[in-house]
Amino acid sequence: MKITLRIWRQPDRDAAGAMATYEVDGISPDMSFLEMLDVLNEELALAGGDPVAFDHDCREGICGMCSLVINGLAHGPEALTTACQLYMRHFTDGQVIDVEPWRATPFPVLKDLVVDRGALDRIVAAGGYISAPTGAAPEAHSVPVPRKDAERAFDAAACIGCGACVAACPNGSASLFLGAKITHLGALPQGQPERDARALAMVEQHDAEGFGGCSQIGECTAVCPAGIPLDMISQLNHDVLAALPRGKDQRG
Amino acid sequence: MMAVTAARRRATGSSTALHGLMAVGGIIMVLFLVAHMYGNLKVFSGQAAFDGYSAYLRTILEPLLPYAGALWILRVILLLSVGAHILAAFVLWHRARAATGGRGGYRYLSTANRRGVQRSYASFTMRWGGITIALFVIYHLLHLTVNVIAPGGASESPYTRMVNGFSIWWVVLSYAVALAALGLHLRHGIFSALASLGANTSTTTRRRYNQAAVLVTAVLLIGFLVPPLCILAGWVGP
Amino acid sequence: MNGYYAGGDPLVDTKDPGGPLTERWDKRRFEAKLVNPANRRKRTVIIIGTGLAGGSAAATLGEAGYQLKVFCYQDSARRAHSIAAQGGINAAKDYRNDGDSVQRLFYDTVKGGDYRSRESNVYRLAQVSAAIIDQAVAQGVPFAREYGGLLDTRSFGGVQVSRTFYARGQTGQQLLLGAYQALERQVAAGTVELNTRHEMLELIVIDGKARGVVVRDMVTGAFETHLADAVVLASGGYGNAYHLSTNAMGCNVSATWRAHRKGAYFANPCYTQIHPTCIPVSGEHQSKLTLMSESLRNDGRIWVPAVAGDTRDPALIPEAERDYYLERTYPAFGNLVPRDVASRAAKQQCDAGRGVGPGGLGVYLDFKDAIKRLGRETIEEKYGNLFDMYAKITDEDPYSTPMRIYPAIHYTMGGLWVDYDLESTVPGLFVIGEANFSDHGANRLGASALMQGLADGYFVLPGTIGDYLATNPLPAGIDATHPAVLEAEAAVRERTARLLAVNGSRTVDSFHRELGSILWEYCGMERNEEGLTKAIGLIRELREAFWADVKVTGVNEELNQSLERAGRVADFFELAELMCIDALHRRESCGAHFRTESRTPEGEALRIDEEYSHVAAWEFAGDGAPPILHREHLGFEHIKVQARSYK
Repeated sequence: MKITLRIWRQPDRDAAGAMATYEVDGISPDMSFLEMLDVLNEELALAGGDPVAFDHDCREGICGMCSLVINGLAHGPEALTTACQLYMRHFTDGQVIDVEPWRATPFPVLKDLVVDRGALDRIVAAGGYISAPTGAAPEAHSVPVPRKDAERAFDAAACIGCGACVAACPNGSASLFLGAKITHLGALPQGQPERDARALAMVEQHDAEGFGGCSQIGECTAVCPAGIPLDMISQLNHDVLAALPRGKDQRG
Repeated sequence: MMAVTAARRRATGSSTALHGLMAVGGIIMVLFLVAHMYGNLKVFSGQAAFDGYSAYLRTILEPLLPYAGALWILRVILLLSVGAHILAAFVLWHRARAATGGRGGYRYLSTANRRGVQRSYASFTMRWGGITIALFVIYHLLHLTVNVIAPGGASESPYTRMVNGFSIWWVVLSYAVALAALGLHLRHGIFSALASLGANTSTTTRRRYNQAAVLVTAVLLIGFLVPPLCILAGWVGP
Repeated sequence: MNGYYAGGDPLVDTKDPGGPLTERWDKRRFEAKLVNPANRRKRTVIIIGTGLAGGSAAATLGEAGYQLKVFCYQDSARRAHSIAAQGGINAAKDYRNDGDSVQRLFYDTVKGGDYRSRESNVYRLAQVSAAIIDQAVAQGVPFAREYGGLLDTRSFGGVQVSRTFYARGQTGQQLLLGAYQALERQVAAGTVELNTRHEMLELIVIDGKARGVVVRDMVTGAFETHLADAVVLASGGYGNAYHLSTNAMGCNVSATWRAHRKGAYFANPCYTQIHPTCIPVSGEHQSKLTLMSESLRNDGRIWVPAVAGDTRDPALIPEAERDYYLERTYPAFGNLVPRDVASRAAKQQCDAGRGVGPGGLGVYLDFKDAIKRLGRETIEEKYGNLFDMYAKITDEDPYSTPMRIYPAIHYTMGGLWVDYDLESTVPGLFVIGEANFSDHGANRLGASALMQGLADGYFVLPGTIGDYLATNPLPAGIDATHPAVLEAEAAVRERTARLLAVNGSRTVDSFHRELGSILWEYCGMERNEEGLTKAIGLIRELREAFWADVKVTGVNEELNQSLERAGRVADFFELAELMCIDALHRRESCGAHFRTESRTPEGEALRIDEEYSHVAAWEFAGDGAPPILHREHLGFEHIKVQARSYK
């Protein structure tokens, strides 16, 4: 296959960027999208050029590091698939493919296709946990968890933290990411004591980072490689609105 | 410890809370629209019934409340809802623009997939649709409530005002256009409001709420369109 | 040994507390000196890596009141490769009442490691295993549960008890998120300073003690020196020396290798685990290999065409012309033989020309009979997500055509040598998780990696490091101007400049690929003297070529992925040579290490306990000098040493 790539190039955080066009030949349909970029980078390096910087690590769809907007879609055209698990067989010979970084004000571009997603970590640090000092944990079977709740918690906890939801959201909101964590921890009995405080602290951090609000458009769930459903944003809304009028914060 | 108070204070103004506020305002307006549509349909019962209903609205809970007291209470609630809805919308719009470099859903240079993966057309029209509706409401109030603009002739009788107005094709057309904007706004807005308030609890609920949004929207559109069309057609007249 | 290595003194002090096995951990913890809670915030610990081991250690030490400086090369602590572990985590909870116990987990682990691990360490691992589950549940890790609300367990990797806890096929992810969230909580509390996109490039040793690291800010290229009272390496394994492995692309040996060069012994580097069920290579472009859960072998049948060179569609090959070679050779265990046996058998079939798929590097894993027996629905329920993943990658439907699988490097049992306290031979340098050599011996059991990483991080290290911190604080007056610090930083600058200056004609990846193929060929599933000596020669040549002809693009002062990779590959070269030397020295077959010279008459692995019941701990003797071998004798007082047999 022969592919024409139009890729966002930006030397560093403060520099201006632009799309650059590259041709790659000899692409096998069995290559992953990132392997195709590897081929391009090998060619660029040998030709004395600057290889395209892009984030990737596990290349099996679980670490959440890869972050490419391919033809305007976060992680590309395949549903429930990260860019690293996207294969070239889903493209056609001669196709022009646009590759851009996640775009959102809280995700500044560091270089080319690499962005800083530290904002998501800070949202977790604000309250996305259950306080359980090591050694203080009670026997695991002391609190049974209804299977339904455990499954719901898992469905939410499957979020890989890639930030595709933000990249796809017309409002630049991280509500799906936020909703997934609030749903995960809020579905479990262990998560109840801090439930209100968690919701408030996390939503406050989310807004402080500069993410937009959710207007229930649903593009986030459409691109989410982990299949986090839209109702988890509603869970977030529920928990925040329920916590707002309640008295003192439990984490005080 | 201190951060907690700060978090709470800011959480009150969070996008989530504002969406909740917008949702409450929106739902109150939808309820008003249902009542308004019901009143409009009285036009088929003739002038006496229609004007009588209009007068009745001003005498609800008399003498407990003064003349038009209940109506004014409702008007104030409605005005607050509208105000909160619009205020929240503008703040959120501003935040969304700030989060996306001012370009929203169009921030990628690629022209492929500009319409996203699955988003509905209605979801594209919320903000401009909302403005369209707001402008229409002002025109509508000037026309039929305060009787300032009077296409077809002013009158003390609400029934006559309505019939005079909707006998003119372009009045009906403008009304229909506004209703189209309203339809799109409600189609996404009713579902969105419920979800913003935390009621979208599963995939099934989401489907139900979307169906409900379509149904309520359809009922309102039909309910609002039928009287003017009938007037224009001459089936309801002076 | 032909000048490949030199003999050194045996390692005798492992700080084993001694006494009854069951009481050693209590004894050690009681004897350890403690740091007064008020003084803990004055003690700083550096942790490299935020996987299960590093993340859990940082969270725990932060909670205890120490100051932590934590570094990871990824953009978030949550992305460490622990996240990719699928199967589960073992724990001796005996919730099934099926005869499990600490003693049995200990026994299974030592036996599974083919009697090449330390009894005291493994026993402690089994002891703390149960508390890991408690800890994870308290953090909100959504383990699979029964309808009654209690935790579900399954049997894993051929053990006879059901002690593996799991969270669908994403146990590693869920456990890591638990540790990551606890870590982020400490970040917010101010005890942990988390530096993402930072890579450790040198260890700082002052007066014989590990006191800091030199790291590179991977965004700006700035070199930073950080000092602390102690340094903990939790930087994972070195499987990527083989280029193709199931590791993440960024996994590397640099942190541990740099420490090795500064005096930390490297133990058993040749113990590398090869996982039999991975998706085969599809071409030259391949950048990594994807693991398919071992559980597939419970229902899938492995076969190859009976005649070499048979390239027919598998559906057209009649039963009589198929060779179900595992069932044929190992009738008792069949398709469920241990990982190393299954891997070697697959290689032997492919070497004999009976392999299938591109390059003949694959064997069939067929579910036709299972679908016939159990129905497609049952198979879908059990393996649906794996089948989907397979289809996504290969574009083949495993319901209608057999899967193709091939072994791949998966885990490295070797690592920096540590004593009972998890302290390396450099005082103040602790090594935890896959980065150390500690608990798995010559082979790791399924679902034990997560257990070990978390045991080290949540319980063992926090129980031992206090003793060091209490007695060995960083002396006052040592700061970034200390000569050892300046020297370490200068060394990093010099090396970086050298890499950039070569400006040759081959990319880093092409060298890495070639190194990987040498290791895979000669130090992979089967090793022998001839191959290993050849490999050492090839590696040395290639390393020279690398330093003469590598092309590293760009400059240091930028986000430069080419430079990052170059530094890692340069370290892999040095490690690769040591792996081969270690494999060469160990003229026995044990666990994952199979020497073709050491076989039973039936061709199975033959251990030689009289000569090799030891840990091989290698001391770095300088560039170009043969490494020095220190043997730590392994004695077994509580377990009867037996030969493994799966016939």
